[in-house]
Amino acid sequence: MTATDLNVDDIMAPYPDKVIKNRKKHIVTKTAQAGSCPQIEANTRTVPGIISQRGCCYAGCKGVVVGPIKDMITITHGPIGCGYYSWGTRRNKARADDRTPPEQIYSAMCFSTDMQESDIVFGGEKKLAKMIDEVVEIFHPRAINICSTCPIGLIGDDLGAVSKAAEEKHGIQVIHYNCEGYKGVSQSAGHHIANNQIMERIIGTGTDGPTGDYIINILGEYNIGGDGWEIERILEDIGYTVNSILTGDSAYVNIKNLHTAHLNLVQCHRSINYIAEMMETKYGTPWLKVNFIGVEATIATLRDMAQCFGNEDLIAQTEVVIERELAAITPELERYRSICEGKTAFAFVGGSRSHHYQYLLKDLGMEVIVAGYEFAHRDDYEGRDVIPTIRSDADSKNIPELNIEPDPEMYEEPNLHLNMSREKYNELVESGRLASYAGMYPDMPDGSIMIDDPNHYETEELIGIFHPDLIFSGVRDKYISHKMGVPSKQLHSYDYSGPYAGFRGAIIFAQDVANALSVPAWKMITPPWEKSETQGSE
Amino acid sequence: MLDCTPEGPVETHTTGKINPAKTCQPLGAMYAALGIHGCLPHSHGSQGCCAYHRMALTRHFRDPAMASSSSFTEGASVFGGAANLKTSIKNVFAIYNPDIIAVHTTCLSETIGDDVPTIIRQSEIPEGKYVIHANTPSYHGSHVTGFSNMCKGIVSYLAESDGTPKKERVNIFPGFVNPADMREVRRIVTEMGVPSVMYPDTTDVMDSPLLNRYEMYPRGGAAIADIIDSGNSKMTLALGAWSSAEAAAILQDKCGVPGVPLKLPIGVKATDALIMAVKDGFGVDVPESLDIERGQVIDTMIDTHFHYQGKTVAIFGDPDIVIAMTEFLITLGMIPKYVLTGTNGKQFETTINGMLAEAGIEGSKVRAEGDLFDLHEWIKEESVDLLMGNTHGKYIARAEDIPLVRIGFPIMDRAVHPLMPVTGYRGCLRLIEMISNTLLERRDRDCADEDYELVL
Repeated sequence: MTATDLNVDDIMAPYPDKVIKNRKKHIVTKTAQAGSCPQIEANTRTVPGIISQRGCCYAGCKGVVVGPIKDMITITHGPIGCGYYSWGTRRNKARADDRTPPEQIYSAMCFSTDMQESDIVFGGEKKLAKMIDEVVEIFHPRAINICSTCPIGLIGDDLGAVSKAAEEKHGIQVIHYNCEGYKGVSQSAGHHIANNQIMERIIGTGTDGPTGDYIINILGEYNIGGDGWEIERILEDIGYTVNSILTGDSAYVNIKNLHTAHLNLVQCHRSINYIAEMMETKYGTPWLKVNFIGVEATIATLRDMAQCFGNEDLIAQTEVVIERELAAITPELERYRSICEGKTAFAFVGGSRSHHYQYLLKDLGMEVIVAGYEFAHRDDYEGRDVIPTIRSDADSKNIPELNIEPDPEMYEEPNLHLNMSREKYNELVESGRLASYAGMYPDMPDGSIMIDDPNHYETEELIGIFHPDLIFSGVRDKYISHKMGVPSKQLHSYDYSGPYAGFRGAIIFAQDVANALSVPAWKMITPPWEKSETQGSE
Repeated sequence: MLDCTPEGPVETHTTGKINPAKTCQPLGAMYAALGIHGCLPHSHGSQGCCAYHRMALTRHFRDPAMASSSSFTEGASVFGGAANLKTSIKNVFAIYNPDIIAVHTTCLSETIGDDVPTIIRQSEIPEGKYVIHANTPSYHGSHVTGFSNMCKGIVSYLAESDGTPKKERVNIFPGFVNPADMREVRRIVTEMGVPSVMYPDTTDVMDSPLLNRYEMYPRGGAAIADIIDSGNSKMTLALGAWSSAEAAAILQDKCGVPGVPLKLPIGVKATDALIMAVKDGFGVDVPESLDIERGQVIDTMIDTHFHYQGKTVAIFGDPDIVIAMTEFLITLGMIPKYVLTGTNGKQFETTINGMLAEAGIEGSKVRAEGDLFDLHEWIKEESVDLLMGNTHGKYIARAEDIPLVRIGFPIMDRAVHPLMPVTGYRGCLRLIEMISNTLLERRDRDCADEDYELVL
């Protein structure tokens, strides 16, 4: 069955009328006739009672963006649960390096003010201030993050005042995030709040960035399973200097120098495009949307990057590395391709993964026929061109927009960042490479479906209708599809494998997918005593 | 690994938790609710809580943990969540068709003061369906408290007594344990010939089979009719003071079913106590099959004592599990050197200290409201031979090079545990196997070639 044959109304039959009206706007089908992406409803409230896969603002801020900064202590200000659940459950690998010794790494730890009933009644500011004092005395961190949770916003603790006082007392930055879980409609609000504070408080405060001809930042790369390290390996071989990854294996000391880079790469568009845009305005740093997931995608990205600088040696070295890496992986990739070819998949993952992984699956001869995001905005589906047309609502207005101006001392024209003439830079912009993202829709095959905030019921129905060979999801969906006889891979945690990025990652992914498809147990689900004779002996 | 943890002692850690040994109430409430057949747990708050709790349960059990959420945004937080809950109840019955919705609150709905019982009364509930609730503010107690509170909610809303003579049947409140533990307890009681009704009962829910079809409400779980009828049972076994005692007390008050408080049946003594309670309560004989099982454990303890006797152990986790495990470790001749739970309650320290004193063990450290940073500091001062607790202990285990035996909740980095009991005599054998073999593996790994031996 293809999307063109699918009657969305049939799926929605059990829904109450109001739910049907709401959910229908979140589903679009791609047809060969449609020239551009139909409007999809996104970043709006989840219907109460619907089993959604979405998380909260706190999860986006602490869990995704600021929690992984390895040399900052991140204190969750609230009851114990929020800090606990965001402890060690995203695989943002981090390690000690020249600038961050092992005794300055706190990312495997969980700090919570563990608010009790009396703190809720009388306020938690004193408790927070005391905990800051204590962790400074015990650990001597370079800087501290404070993330607030639902009840903190309600009782009105003034995190700004506590942070400011603590900064003065201890002489280190204490950065607070008003990322109460109820803000916005999903994790997305938390990304934005985190981006704002990192932009305002950390970036631009350093004076000791690295030196090199091609200094880059990799924004929106969280080093799940070591993805960031594989990307770094490739880029450094070509001749780039990676200033910082944001925020996988990232360090406060490096983020301070983010502004010293020549080019920002944006991997996860959803979680980090704010910083890319704001840095462009403030420092003139150009940004390039990249994708290191998939062999062809990585090659295209590397070539785009080389074109951004336009240096002939860099372009040549890029081709040398591509050729070398391809030679190393192609035979193995072909072997896995023979297992995966022709198979279909669903991808229901947050951020940009539902889009990025389509490239890697294409390398394996697989096709994503239904794809959805948990917390995307319309531009993640339809491309950035629609941004001016997105209406703000009560939920999005709650997230402050920073008023960024060019920095009087540090702003430099973007062409100077890239060491090229204004004319050449303008050509680059006109070619659509820089500051551009076309969204997921153009890469979806005809007859496929895009679905925003997919919920349990719809997922189950779609699995029943399309019978995909594999589902890419989060852990909450994973075992549901297993019960239905459909293998699944977690694309948030990679089922504790990885890296999946770059060239070597593609092979690990290919092996994992091939294994998931060919687990011998899938053929053993029906016991022999329940098999009719006509079914044969398998 | 945890290189930033200073060499102790640290006097200044007095506020908040660093590497907590507990989590929040709604997780326990959600787990308890999943132990009712046909139940959809519902989280009344913003959707992140529900997502987090489902994630944590799914990671431990490797099985779906279904639950819905009231999906608060800022508006609901300001104006109250009544509309969200009413809409949720309507949508949940229409779309997911559960027999019962078990609502638990979050710190958000608690802080704004939503009156959940009133909202439920004002909601449209289809004929023959139920909506129950528990208050589970995350700023009080822990996930164990939340489990207990939902158990109380189940009893308060559902259990009834029809005043007729009590049935020759025992209620079992199994405590916050794995499905396999619940199954094992039920098997022992059944083996003694006494009918039972257990709730919550997550067997065949959180360890459901793969049958090529997904069932939102798997065949397992306690039947609502049985829960209602539990008010007519002769007695209740409340396993675990923290997770089951209060629900049993309510059932006693409400329906006159006497509750017998017991430890979780982990270890020989606690299993003996369970069996004696059933024997005394129903006047039944203990079958030979249980004699044999028990004898096998004692035989094994004598055969293997030199693997572990006299070794020091640090144990942490949920209070009911830690209390029963500590008793068993003492029985094995081991020395519980550090005993810690994250859940508050002075009774924990009193109970453990009493056990240690009775065994003549001195110099141990016991803390109810502690965290893993405390435990790590203690270990840095003086190390132990073995660490026992949940997955989060693996960082200390690596940092201090101590073998770890995983028990309790959550275990996210190992498989099969929800299907293998630690309760009952069979559970004793499994625990001895894990403890012995872990220590022997360590000995084999560390010893010189000339000390590498075939027979131990």
